[in-house]
Amino acid sequence: MTTAIADAGHTPGVRYGSISQGRRRTLYWSYFFLILFVIVFLTPPVYMFITSLKSSAEISAASNPWWVYNPTLSNYADLLTQKTYLIFFRNSAVVSLCVVTITMLISVLAAFSPRMKFWGSATLATGVFLAYLIPDTLVFIPLFKTFAFIHDKRGIELINHWWVLIILLPTLTVPFCTWIMIGYFASIPKELDEAALIDGAVYPDADKIFIPVALPGIIAAMIFCFTVSWANFLYGLAFTTSADQLTLPVGIVTTLIRGDVYAWGQIMTGALLGAAPPLIIYAFLMDYYIAGLTAGATKG
Amino acid sequence: MAQVALRNIVKTFDKTPAVQGIDLDIADREFIVLVGPSGCGKSTTLRMIAGLEEATSGEIYIGDQLVNDVPPKDLDIAMVFQNYALYPHMTVFENMSFGLRLKKFPKAEIKERVQGAARILDITELLDRRPKQLSGGQRQRVAMGRAIVRNPKVFLFDEPLSNLDAKLRVQMRTEIKKIHQKVTTTTVYVTHDQVEAMTLADRVVIMNAGRIDQIGSPHEVYHSPKTQFVAGFIGSPTMNMLPCRLVENGSRLTVRLSDWLSLPVPPSRVARYRARVGKELTFGLRPEHIIEGRGDVPPGAAAFEAPLDVVEPMGMETMVYFIVDGVEVCGRVNPAAAGRVGESMRLVADLNQMHLIDPHTQMVI
Repeated sequence: MTTAIADAGHTPGVRYGSISQGRRRTLYWSYFFLILFVIVFLTPPVYMFITSLKSSAEISAASNPWWVYNPTLSNYADLLTQKTYLIFFRNSAVVSLCVVTITMLISVLAAFSPRMKFWGSATLATGVFLAYLIPDTLVFIPLFKTFAFIHDKRGIELINHWWVLIILLPTLTVPFCTWIMIGYFASIPKELDEAALIDGAVYPDADKIFIPVALPGIIAAMIFCFTVSWANFLYGLAFTTSADQLTLPVGIVTTLIRGDVYAWGQIMTGALLGAAPPLIIYAFLMDYYIAGLTAGATKG
Repeated sequence: MAQVALRNIVKTFDKTPAVQGIDLDIADREFIVLVGPSGCGKSTTLRMIAGLEEATSGEIYIGDQLVNDVPPKDLDIAMVFQNYALYPHMTVFENMSFGLRLKKFPKAEIKERVQGAARILDITELLDRRPKQLSGGQRQRVAMGRAIVRNPKVFLFDEPLSNLDAKLRVQMRTEIKKIHQKVTTTTVYVTHDQVEAMTLADRVVIMNAGRIDQIGSPHEVYHSPKTQFVAGFIGSPTMNMLPCRLVENGSRLTVRLSDWLSLPVPPSRVARYRARVGKELTFGLRPEHIIEGRGDVPPGAAAFEAPLDVVEPMGMETMVYFIVDGVEVCGRVNPAAAGRVGESMRLVADLNQMHLIDPHTQMVI
């Protein structure tokens, strides 16, 4: 729209400054890359959706893969009436909700601590970040060994239980969530705490001042945490094996691929349904995610 | 309503001394301004009174109560911050009533108090807005409103006007003065702006490097500074300060500033300065005491000719600058009488207003 207005103002033969030209070129390039990005990232879900509406016969037929000739909901019906799929879903939901709760309890407090500037708080914050730098692919074997050791010594069986993921996944989510919340909390002026203290609040003025003001940051961390635990594949694959202990990402892969037979229609349907909860959460909380509630607290 | 007393307050941050032994008595209903350059410890002192910082040693009293270990919520004080620190998720009404709601005041009284304060501050129509919908000046008023509704024993202001633009700052300065006249609560106000200090204070406390240099009325600190720092800090443009030597001429004393400029010490000061004859001293005289020379020279003053280096017309007055032994000296003359750059001008120095400073102790003699 801006370019249209700029064009309307042009008199033939008059060249306008390089600013408007540069701006237009920047816009063109950003649109080009944005559209490219959208295509690359939306093609798989679209393909999943198309495939999920096809019967097995149509999937293996040599027809146009981007078109559905005989749409059917049989894949959806099959999956949603299968007990195992519903168990995967339940396992994933319970694990994710528990992980989010545990992570938030730890991370909010951990992220709040550098604000109190106690001895060693800065070192602690750096330590949390370093912990995040260690990838899960590096620690899952040591973790497995540890669990085996516990089993040998104490007889406590930690492997092949869905709930063990509730213990494992916070090792990924806590460091990152703490790290992003430390950043967000640091942007909240300290004077707000102090004003609340002087107004008679008890330190930390969590419920009335700090949590409401920090909510966008906390919710952003929650969304991230949920996404990570919902989508985690590696730990689920490594630590659980029985069909009734699996989470959704692992369950789909292990039960819908039998030998070299791929139930493509159901795999696609399962993945699509599995992607729904994070999508719904993003849709509802996006405003919070973006909203900067702190605007106007201090000199803007 | 309460007096505040500080007894030998020391504050050290990680071995860096911020406040080094402060004694201060603030009377009930008094408006005290702590002023000084950044890093002089004035904000730290205020924050210790507020209970936001712990004093390393010393005693703080509010009323008759020793409050060193009393948490801020039990202190019955109110504070206005430089960046306002309004609660962003609350309306103006909620911001102002937050403290009262925490203390479980009855709803009717909260409403009455908030509306009363809003009337004083002229923000009645803003009560339903949120901080981000307000301008800087309005936010400042709300921050003050939040303090007023509490009806505290002591008001604390931490550079409340520093974030406002120049015009608004002058306006709000007058407002603060008016509000203090209305609510007459003991007030401690921190600023680095000496004009704010002079206009608002009953007494000014001038701090320098963690210590108090002088406590006095605005008139006192301006006309009788005790140290070189105070003499230079208060007043704009700043006091002229020149190295000099005190010379004896029979029964009279002369301040010798350079080969071409010596000024006679007025007879009333001779006894005070006689012991310093022959010593290297610093001579101080404010620009407004160097004026154009016309007609007779009044007693205690001295006339001299000086070649003008810079002339700055300000409208109601003109600043003239001349050089004495490499030091720039400023005079404040009537615009009609101001000479031109490069020409010599006859000036009169009113030596009844002169100061002599010992350069070693930095004390005014």
